Parts: sequence; structure tokens; C-alpha cells
Amino acid sequence: MIHYFKNIWAGASTAWVGMVITWKHLFVKKVTIQYPDEKFPIPERARNRLYLQMNRCNGCSSCVLACPVNCITLESVKGTPDDPQKDFYENGKERKVWVTRYEIDFAKCCYCGLCTQACPSDAIQHTVEYEYSEYDREKLIYKFQDLTSEQAEEKKQRLADHKMKEALEKEKKAAAVESKNIKPETDAEKSA
Amino acid sequence: MENTNFLYELLGKNALSITLIVTLPLVFVLIYALIAILAELKVSAWIQERLGPMRTGPWGILQPIAEVVKLLQKEDITPDKANKLLYNLAPFVMFTGAYAAFAVIPFSERFVPADINVGLFYVFAIGSVGSLGIVMGGWASNNKYSLMGAMRSVAQIISYEIPAAMAILSIVVLASSMNLQEINSAQSGWFWNWYLFGGPGTIGKWWVIPFTVILAMIYFISSLAETNRVPFDIPEGESELVAGFHTEYGGIKFAMFFFAEYANMFVVAAILTTIFLGGWNSPFGDLMQGPIWGVFWFIFKGFLVVLVQIWIRWTLPRFRVDQLMYLGWKILLPISFVCFMAISLYVMLK
Amino acid sequence: MSEKKRIELEYSQLDSERMRINVGPQHPSTHGVLRLEVEVDGEIVTEVVPHMGYLHRSFEKYCEQLTYLQVIPYIDRMDYIAAINNEWTYVLGMEKLLGIKVPEKVEYMRVIMAELNRIANHQIAVATFGLDAGAFTPFLFFFRDRELIIWILEKLSGARLLYNYLRVGGLAADVYPGFKEDCLNVVKQVRKTNAEIMDLLINNKIFIQRSANVGILPADVAINYGCSGPVLRGSGVKYDLRKDEPYSIYDRFDFDIPVGKGEVGVIGDCWNRNIVRVYEMEESCRIIEQAVAQMPMEGDVKAMVPKKIKPPVGEVYFRAENPKGDLGFYIVSNGTDKPERIKARGTSFVNLSVLPEISQGYMFADLILILGSIDIVLGEVDR
Repeated sequence: MIHYFKNIWAGASTAWVGMVITWKHLFVKKVTIQYPDEKFPIPERARNRLYLQMNRCNGCSSCVLACPVNCITLESVKGTPDDPQKDFYENGKERKVWVTRYEIDFAKCCYCGLCTQACPSDAIQHTVEYEYSEYDREKLIYKFQDLTSEQAEEKKQRLADHKMKEALEKEKKAAAVESKNIKPETDAEKSA
Repeated sequence: MENTNFLYELLGKNALSITLIVTLPLVFVLIYALIAILAELKVSAWIQERLGPMRTGPWGILQPIAEVVKLLQKEDITPDKANKLLYNLAPFVMFTGAYAAFAVIPFSERFVPADINVGLFYVFAIGSVGSLGIVMGGWASNNKYSLMGAMRSVAQIISYEIPAAMAILSIVVLASSMNLQEINSAQSGWFWNWYLFGGPGTIGKWWVIPFTVILAMIYFISSLAETNRVPFDIPEGESELVAGFHTEYGGIKFAMFFFAEYANMFVVAAILTTIFLGGWNSPFGDLMQGPIWGVFWFIFKGFLVVLVQIWIRWTLPRFRVDQLMYLGWKILLPISFVCFMAISLYVMLK
Repeated sequence: MSEKKRIELEYSQLDSERMRINVGPQHPSTHGVLRLEVEVDGEIVTEVVPHMGYLHRSFEKYCEQLTYLQVIPYIDRMDYIAAINNEWTYVLGMEKLLGIKVPEKVEYMRVIMAELNRIANHQIAVATFGLDAGAFTPFLFFFRDRELIIWILEKLSGARLLYNYLRVGGLAADVYPGFKEDCLNVVKQVRKTNAEIMDLLINNKIFIQRSANVGILPADVAINYGCSGPVLRGSGVKYDLRKDEPYSIYDRFDFDIPVGKGEVGVIGDCWNRNIVRVYEMEESCRIIEQAVAQMPMEGDVKAMVPKKIKPPVGEVYFRAENPKGDLGFYIVSNGTDKPERIKARGTSFVNLSVLPEISQGYMFADLILILGSIDIVLGEVDR
């Protein structure tokens, strides 16, 4: 019997205590901020969208190997000495490898930051950008190469030509060495 | 009883004045529902330390209009296997049940749509039409979750009508009348004349005050159960039954259910105000008393009760069905009987 | 099992039919995609069959073709609510295989981050439990506090929820100045909110009526099913890996293991599991305070990180105390830089197996609460 009344008293008093707490919360400063008029400050270490600085990238593909989801596509072409177009890295050295294709697919990127830690020249870095939604999934593939496709084709052609030229020169040299070795023998044969 | 309605004196007893009398409370209910929706959103947000709707209009005051427009422009779907007639009628039946109670509620001393001698009896009788609407909605949807929700809701409403009726009956005994306008007039004067504090009388009434206070609380708790609000919102319990009896409703029919719930909230708040809190009387005696002040005081007190209902919703967890029944039948009912006996004793000895 | 037979006998006399209800993959409660097939007799639950696999991402198979470093983002995504603890278990396993001992500063940092994540996890657990019971406000209070923890971790690692911060042999980045003050601020706020929630939710009579004497899990059943964490401790068994098999530097800190004592209700019911989580938040606050006081700020966090992780041929099983229980990693190495097999003993997977046992005989509304009190996250159940 006494338990019955204790229950009633407990129910009413705990409900009242709860209501006092919510009443007090009506007058506390609210924590909402009005996005997009006010934005929250993002810390500098934030791992949001990636950015590649082309004048630091030397096409080593460390980022491609480090990425756990394979979202980076990298194609590079070795430079030839007879190329009139010259490019220099940020630290002043001359560029020896041309990056013809560098694409990051941000629909696949998981923002883990392993590529930024693997890059030896600090070319790929995280920015604090997070407002880049698109309606079309194709638009999320970001291209970072600064050679046009014609220039890329031209570079590949140059490399192919250079390789062929080198191969021909090698053959000629080998043939010249052979012919030098063979010549005295034919004279001897002739005199004999 | 002569009709204490200023419109009759103004325009005579013809079709025009009757139409006006019927539509004025309707206009009020619709405007009130919009304000109540906004109040619910804003108060709940402030309790939870956030701001609530802020974009629709300055400080979000146009949010209820946005919600109504959104609901009105939705496609009107009727499920294939549903009982078409009952399915379409259900929301309107529920709204009728809620709105019809406004016929006897006095807004001021010069405006009550129908001044009948059995006003309170009428209110309780017509309030059950609302639960009829819920059963129709749940059954006609042809969905086992809706049916479960509707059954629970009806069981809840019927169980909690009895303590509510006992509470009101005690006040009827105190006031010796069922006419709502008379009960209201009897509470004129300062606020200690309210039936919450034992009604008009001398200081000898002090020993009945605890009983009337307890009766007011019992009526308030029962009214929460009547309108399916937390902590009694098992019929709409989102965690369990998706959305209860209005699972299959969308668009304007859902808006009707929504409106009916808010209208119901005001009906029970209005009855609580009229009977316990002095209705259209000013709490300061003759200061700010009059036919027009009456409307202000009535709406003000009714809205305060609605705010307390909203406050409770965001504080307390939900009851389980059997605990709800236990509370209604085994706790509220015996206590209301005891209070009824005490008040009858007081009236006999007076 | 005898419980089930009793229900069959009693109810077979009534002429009622049992309904099969599908508590579908999409819940209004925030547990994830889990399908429960429930057989209900009126309101009483007679059988529950959980169907899972809706979130299976085949991590374990996929990780066989990644290097040991690339596996860490995948480990994060198992228990995504408290990701540091997952990474820590894996990294400790690898360090045991390789025989690396990390510097002091790294140990303290890892302990502080793990305890912060423990608080964050328990905040969500208690908040969603209240949400299942119908109390909407504590949910928002806890999420407001959780933001403070997430801001600290964002300043440290760069991400809010999936950190990729721990490395085999150290950490990925150094601590930022102001870290210690932030942690102490969080501790203060957590204690304040906990006191409020005790009044608002935990001691509320309606909540007690909903959650006490519901879903009673006896201690021997819990041990037989292999439960761990607050599920086991709520049943009165005082077993915590941080005290019973201490790893890292946990033996330097002074903290208690809260156990369900049956202050309200019966030992092993939902209320006791819940209160164990609330008390554990307080114990984590104590650990953080002690660790922050003892932590050295000088030292390199990347000193012992090997350039290329190529462990010798062998296998290791390591287990640590996740917020949800006992997480274990079984790593098999074949001498190359890619693992042969990584198997995760998921905490929530094992804890979920006890649900059919403890929910028989209770009402349908209680089933949701029991599921909430076991505190599962589907990323760990399905992997």
C-alpha cells in the first residue's frame, strides 16, 4: 500500500525535476550558427579536398601506390633533350619528366591523407574546401595536368622519335665497330 | 436561458448571424493552429539549445504557412485495397469531433455559440466522435500497423475519459450547474475565486483547495492522453509503429489529422481554463474586465495551457501501453473518486 | 529455451494466432540496417530472428591486397562511431608482431584519444536509448557535447569521424598547442551534462518503468554467449580488459570498473546496462585528467614508425577494450608487405547474438529498448 503512494510521489517529483531542467534550458545561449551566412572555422589540418601543385610534381606515382581506393590516375612521359619547351620546378631544377595526365576522382577519394604523406615533394596537399558538390558525377573528376592533349601527344611522339633515333644510332655504332673489326681481314684476304 | 450572444443582438436571429457564429470560432481555430505549430517548433528548439526554423520569414514566423502549403500541394493518394469511403471520411470526422466542442465554449461573457444547460455533458459526448475518426482511419487503411495504432489509441482515449469526467463532475457539484457560461460567471473577482482554488466562497473553503488542485492535475494528465501527446503518444510512437494510425495518409488528409490534433489540444485547454482557471475572467478582479478583455484573457490562459503541454512533450519519455492503462485505471481513477467524495462532502456541509 | 516453452503452453490455451512482423531494414531508430523478423503473440514477443549483412562490404577479403598502412582507413570504417579504438587494436597487434616499443608521448596520446572516443560512443549509446524510449531532448544535449570532442579530434587528425591517425609505431601528426586545455574543457562539460541527464532521464520514473526489469541477461548466459563490454558488466560480471589484461599504459592510471549493481531493477536489465555506460563516462574523465597531467609535450611522435612495414612470417591475435566490448584482430603475415589475412572479431556481432535469448516473453515495445541497450553498430556486425 505504501509502495503505491511512493510510486505516485516518485513519478510526480521526477517529472517536475525534469521539467525544471528543460525550463532552464530555454534561456541558455543557443549553439546553432546560421549556415551559409556564418561558417564554422575549419582547422588548418583538415583533410578536405585535395590539390596538386604541378610545379612540384615529378610523376613518381607514390600517391597512386599509396591510395587505398585507387582514385588517382597518373600518366607521365620522359622528357627528351631536344624539346624546345622547358619547364622548371619550384626549387629551380629543370623538369625531366612530363606529367601528361593527372586525375583525381573525388567520388572515390576517402580523404584518408595517405597520398599527402607519401608524396616526396609535398606536391599534393589537402585544402580546407568542402563545398564542392556537383549534380553530375563526371564533374567530380578533377584534372590537374597543365599540358593540353596536343602537347601531350607531341611529347609522346618526341619520346618515340628520340627512342627510335637512339636505337638507330646504336645500330650504326655497332655496325661501325663491326665493320672496323672486319676491314683488315678482307684486305688480307685480298692480298692473299 | 437567454442567448448571451452579441451577434444576435446586433443582427437578429437569422441565417447570417448563425453562419457568422459558426465560422468565427473556425477562423480562430485555424489561426490558432498555425501559431501553435510555430510555437511547438520554436519552443522545442529552444529547449534543445538550437534555434528552430529561421529561414522562412524573419525568425521563421512563416514556417507554418510553408508547412501547410507543402501539405496541400502533395498528391492525393488512396491505397488500392483501402475502404474508400471510410478512408476519405476519417480525417474529417476527427476534425468535426474536435471542432464541435467549440459550440459551447464561452469566449467572453457576450459570445458563446450555443448557451445550453448541459454544456459539459455535450462536450464529453461529442469528444468521443474524435476517437471514432481514429478507428475509421486505422481500419480503412488496410495496414496492420495502422490498425494496431488505432486500437491502442481508442483504448487509451476511452480509459482516460473516465478520470477526466470525474474531475469535471466534481466541479459541477461545486458549481451546481453544467452550463459553461454560468460556471465561468461564478468565478468572477480575483483569482482566488477560481475553482482551482475552491471556487467563490469564504476562507472556510481552504480545506477543499488540495482536492481541487489534484483534480486539475488529473484533468490535465487525462487531457494529454485524450489528445495522444507524449507521454501518451503510443499510437504515434515513431520508434515502434512507424506512424500509427496515420501511416497511410498524406497531403491534405494528413493536414486534416494534424489540424484536428492541434484543435483538440486547444479544446481540452479551453475546458481546463473555463472550469478551473476562471475562463474569461481577469485574475485581478475588476481591472481589465469586460467583454473584449474576456476574449483576451481566455485566449491567453488557453495558450498558456497549450504551452505547458508542449513543454511536457519535450521532457518526458513515453509510457508503454500496459503502464498507460495502469496509470489511468489504477491511479487516476481512485484518486479522482476520493476527491469527488471530499468535494461532495464540502458542498453538503456548506 | 524453457522460457519459450512456458509461453507456448500458456498461450496455446487461448485461441490466438501468432503474427510475423518484420522490423525492416530501415528503422526509425538509429541502429543502422538490421532486419529483425519477430513473431508476436498479441503483444508478447515469442521469437526474434535477426537478419544481417545489409552493410557487408567485404573488408577482410579486400584488405588482403592492400599494404599494412593502407588497411588503416578500412579498419576505421568498422565501428565508425569510435574509430580510434579500432585503429589502436590493430596497431597494437602489428607492434606486437614487429616487436616495436613506442615512445611515452605516443602512449599517452593514444590513451587520451581512446578515452575521448569512449565518452563519445557512450554519449551516442545513452542518447539513442533515450530516443527509443521517447525522450527527445537528451539526444540533442549529448550531441552538443559530442561536438566538443569531435572538434579536438579534427584539430589533431584532420577529420571528424574517421581519423586514420594511428600508425604502426607512432602517430601520423604531432599534437597541437592547446590540446591539454581543450581536453580539460571537455571533461568539465561532460561531467556537467551527465549530472543533468541523471535528473532528466535516468532517474525519471517513466524511464525507470520502461527499462527496469526488461531484457534481463543472467551472468552465466552472458559469459556463455561471449558478450563483453557494458553488456557483460551490466549483468554483474566485473571483467574489463584494461584491468584484467592491461595493455599499453593502463596500469599507471587509477580508475574503477563500474558494474551493474541493481540499484534500480534487477542486475542484468536494460537500466543497469545503461547506468554502466553513464558511470564509464565518468571513469574515462578521470583517466583523461590523469593522462593529461602526466603527458610529456616534447618528443617525436613519428620516431619509431618504420619506413616499410614488412613483418616476419607469423600470426598474432590481439584484443583490446573497445567502448562496446572486446574487439580482437587476428593478423596472419606471410613475409611480404601485404597481409595474408586479417580477421576482426567484431564486438557488436557477438553481442547481437544474445538478442533472441533475452527478448522472449517481453512486449514488443520492449524489444526496441533491448536492442538499443545492447548498443550495436552495423559497421562492426557486418564489416
